[in-house]
Amino acid sequence: MDNNNIKMQSVDLNAWFGTKQALKDINISMKANTITAIIGPSGCGKSTFIRTLNRMHELAPTAKLTGQILLEGQNIYDPNVDPVMIRRRVGMVFQKPNPFPTMSIYDNVAAGLKLTGAHKNKNLDEIVKHSLQQATLWEEVKDDLKKPGTSISGGQQQRLCIARAIALKPEVIFMDEPTSALDPIASAKIEKLVVELKKNYTVAIVTHNMQQASRVSDYTAFMYLGSLIEFGATKDIFESPKNQLTERYITGEFG
Amino acid sequence: MPLSEKLNLHSYSLRKFKNKFFYVLCLICLIIAIVPLLSILFEVIVRGAPAINWQFLTGNGLRNNIGPAIQGTLILIGLTSAIGIPIGILTGVYLAEYGNNKYATWIRTINDILTGFPSIIVGITAYSLIVVGLTGTFSPMAGAVALAFIMIPIVARTTEESLKLVPNSVREASMALGIHRWRTTLSVMLPSAKGGLITGIVLAIARIAGETAPILLTILGNFYFFQGLNAPIDALPLRIYLSSRSHLQIEQTQAWGAALVLILIVLTLNICVRLASRGRNKGTR
Repeated sequence: MDNNNIKMQSVDLNAWFGTKQALKDINISMKANTITAIIGPSGCGKSTFIRTLNRMHELAPTAKLTGQILLEGQNIYDPNVDPVMIRRRVGMVFQKPNPFPTMSIYDNVAAGLKLTGAHKNKNLDEIVKHSLQQATLWEEVKDDLKKPGTSISGGQQQRLCIARAIALKPEVIFMDEPTSALDPIASAKIEKLVVELKKNYTVAIVTHNMQQASRVSDYTAFMYLGSLIEFGATKDIFESPKNQLTERYITGEFG
Repeated sequence: MPLSEKLNLHSYSLRKFKNKFFYVLCLICLIIAIVPLLSILFEVIVRGAPAINWQFLTGNGLRNNIGPAIQGTLILIGLTSAIGIPIGILTGVYLAEYGNNKYATWIRTINDILTGFPSIIVGITAYSLIVVGLTGTFSPMAGAVALAFIMIPIVARTTEESLKLVPNSVREASMALGIHRWRTTLSVMLPSAKGGLITGIVLAIARIAGETAPILLTILGNFYFFQGLNAPIDALPLRIYLSSRSHLQIEQTQAWGAALVLILIVLTLNICVRLASRGRNKGTR
């Protein structure tokens, strides 16, 4: 892999919850403007891994971590780094749509800017419109911007959450099974959107859906029991996996 | 096998009976709980209504008028809320958002004890600390401090509970946007918990509006309207207590009248706060 283009990478990353080790020596590099899919059976550490990448992991009461995460070469776990600033550069979309229940659709998208004080001297209306357009939601909600964010369908809520994340113009976006709670049509929209996002962002997506991983991603990481088993170009992983475990997983033998 | 046997009809009818039995049991308990409440309301209205007239409600200078008592109760509610609500909410926020340590466990325990603390002891404490120790006079400030001791634990507890009811995913969504912890609490968590917060505050106000023991020793009572923050003041529960002990029929009727007014004040406050907080930004759970 061309080293110049690496946006984010993990170096010997280990993570624990209490005494239980959730991640073991993870080394992954993500190139700018690519999509990395992270696959693996439930409980293998996929979600934990992406939560270490924007320092959400440490919010769990017993969480511990060693190793490094480099964002453009800078270790985000350096004591001088403010986790809040990292989270503004590294956006996240969760498994279940979680719009702010007390806010309107408009305020949900604007929340990141308003509540971080980044909205000064900016045209909020324009940013909200642009973010919703990027999330392919604008046409559906443009007349209902004042309605509560929780009043729209689950698939729309998830695209609203994506709009909320991109309104802050992060550099990297992680999505934790963004379509697992959605119907096939809504999932297809989100998938299309993910591919679209690649133009401007570096994206990683956790998924249980093998077809989804092969459709959208450029690189695929297979994790099992907290370890990274195989990592490489999606084409190689799905057509000629080197590890037997990977092959058994993607052919549906276990998982 | 016949269908009836397959469905096991005997146990089905037994189950149906049990279902009905528990429903009726719940209904009976509900009636037992509500009858005393309604009978008190009925009694207060029937006995208190004759006492009520304009002079009775607004007059002052005589024991027979409750104008100063109504004013005093409203002032005490205002002062106590000004002290108690901010402290109570901030305590609740600490317990819910930062309460993952042993200090918080202690605070929570002390808070729970304080909730059930005998209110006469709160009164004596405020009396010796403020009336005797600090200002040397009975005053609304002393009364408000005593009542705040009762209000704070209720507000703190309900704030903590309603913050904990907000799904963690909402907090995470905010943190993941790079919003600071305090901002998350203030602009995301507290609005989401608003319903519970308001219920707690209304409950606490209803409770302190009717408390007698803590004010008995701190405000003394007064037949005249507000005389300043450093002078004795009147309040409805105190007036009810004093008038009901009179041997004069008229004063007893006036105690009933004051009781009716107190109930109406609490009810009105309750309804007003709920109306004001309804409407826009209704939190959906």
